[in-house]
Amino acid sequence: MSAIVLYVTFILLLTIGIIALLFKRNLIKIVLAFNILDSGINLFFIALGYRENAMAPIFTPAPLDSVITMVLPTPQALILTNIVIGFATTALMLGVSVLTYRNNNTLDTRKLRGVEEYD
Amino acid sequence: MIKHVPVLLVAIPLLAAFMIPMIGMVNRTARTVVGVIALVMILAASYYIAGDILVHGRILYYMVGSSNPEMLTEHGLTFPIRIGLKIDPFSLFFIIMTTTLVLIFYVFSTQYIEENERKNYFTVLFITMVAGMMGLLVANDLFTFFVFLEILSISSAALVAFRTERKHPPYAGYKYMFVSAVATSFFLLGVAFLYAQYGSFNIDYLKEAIRGTLLDKIAIVLLIIPLAMKSGVVPMHMWIPDTYSEAPAPISAMVKLGSLICLYGLFRISFSFGMSHAHVSYPLGVLFIVFGILSMFVGVTQALVQKDVKRLMAFHAVSQVGYMLLGMGVGLTVVKSGDASFALFGKVAMIGGLLHVVNNALYKGLLFLTSGVMVRHFKTRNLDAMHGLAHYDVFTTVVFMIAALAISGIPPFNGFVSKIIIYESVFQYNPVLTLIAIFVSILTLASFMKVFYSAFLGMPSSRRPMEQPVLVKCSMFVLAVFIVVIGIYPQGILKAIIEPAVNALINF
Repeated sequence: MSAIVLYVTFILLLTIGIIALLFKRNLIKIVLAFNILDSGINLFFIALGYRENAMAPIFTPAPLDSVITMVLPTPQALILTNIVIGFATTALMLGVSVLTYRNNNTLDTRKLRGVEEYD
Repeated sequence: MIKHVPVLLVAIPLLAAFMIPMIGMVNRTARTVVGVIALVMILAASYYIAGDILVHGRILYYMVGSSNPEMLTEHGLTFPIRIGLKIDPFSLFFIIMTTTLVLIFYVFSTQYIEENERKNYFTVLFITMVAGMMGLLVANDLFTFFVFLEILSISSAALVAFRTERKHPPYAGYKYMFVSAVATSFFLLGVAFLYAQYGSFNIDYLKEAIRGTLLDKIAIVLLIIPLAMKSGVVPMHMWIPDTYSEAPAPISAMVKLGSLICLYGLFRISFSFGMSHAHVSYPLGVLFIVFGILSMFVGVTQALVQKDVKRLMAFHAVSQVGYMLLGMGVGLTVVKSGDASFALFGKVAMIGGLLHVVNNALYKGLLFLTSGVMVRHFKTRNLDAMHGLAHYDVFTTVVFMIAALAISGIPPFNGFVSKIIIYESVFQYNPVLTLIAIFVSILTLASFMKVFYSAFLGMPSSRRPMEQPVLVKCSMFVLAVFIVVIGIYPQGILKAIIEPAVNALINF
């Protein structure tokens, strides 16, 4: 039951992200849309890595004689990495948005279109 | 020592990138020298392992963080949860190309980029970009591949926006970062689809396990389209002109090299995951051919009408990627067909496609560097405002001519060799494709005639002639020498590197 909720949330986040990416014209809003998309994918990965009644993959507390399921830690590691990468991406995109606004006085992609000058 | 080379190729530039800001605060010359030393070290390392891999057919595996890094055998995973690195002839071909070219571009940028307090950041990002490229090339699991793809994207986007005081570069950097971020997010989704089914990230393991179901096909598409987007294949090429034209000249060449390395990922993933089943490999090959033809044609027709010299060269970069995709795509369509067609022309087409990768990296890099010199001389990118450079800069004129003739496929230069191999082999697959490719080549020549005529010929301008710094000249000269040598004696590189690379891609 709970897994279904996670997957539905993932699809919702992905859809919201893609729609916002397609229809928003403001550079800052595009960054937000990308963040929504990214968290959707993070959620999907974490949901994939979940195992029912499983243990953390730390060997010490595992009883020797029992058959237990352990969680593979790779998805969590990957998602931690991806969160950090998403943070770096967001920071860089916001930084260049600020510079774009400073140089062009607009954040609207329709007005930023094209490079006519050859400086 | 040789067994640690895969990790050293990544670790050396990464370590240098972290050292450079501290050294740069003390001494700027020392900072530049540290960059050169790091790049020379990875160059030496890549040539050091070349003989072992190419001649003896050894494949280097490396498990990061393990007491015995080579504990993974070729037949199976003894340790599934590790960062796996691997160098086989196919990746070695790209590694040698990359380490050679980044050193040349770095030497060019040491004197081309003006020395000020921001040069430290430039050097750091440049070396980080090299680390990202090397990581992509040695990665053997999708996790590592993804992480280094992001390192490459972030550092190159920051470098594209390097001239922040000007009007357009920040927006170009934004565009590139946005495209890369969305592409890599969907790449991660593709990785998730494969992980959900097979529970592993290792490319070798997935290659054995993949079954070619509908979900696998969706995953392969989600892995391939982002990489095609980052290599600038036509339906996804909208970021190319802005990025290449707004970046400083050596960075245009570096981003171009980065896009070729994404092409490496594209080939690696499609041949690993697509080749086990004919009903996957054939549509993939057709997709490559369609992308290739579209890229060639749209790229060159867009380039013809440009008046901005760097945008023109950016569109040619799009068009040249088409040749590689065409060659590899023909190989991929017939590789599983079961009849003699693969031995007859499929493998030759792949050899042509791979040779075109290195040729394209050489002359496209040289063209971007010369365009940087031209823009610096005329203080404009508008071709209409340029005239008469040949009167006082003979060196730039000669190297530009070499590069322009090479890209148009004129005989004594390297572009001719790879193009003729592609034409001949693709002709046996479908003559129409060859006709389109030759037509595109003629249009390429036409558009470079335009550049040569308007920028180099004509009245000498009243502008004071500017002598190029010696390192700028040196790096351009070395690239021109490579172009001529490969053009005159292609058998050497074909026999020594490219044939083992193609064999590794098919059989590994």
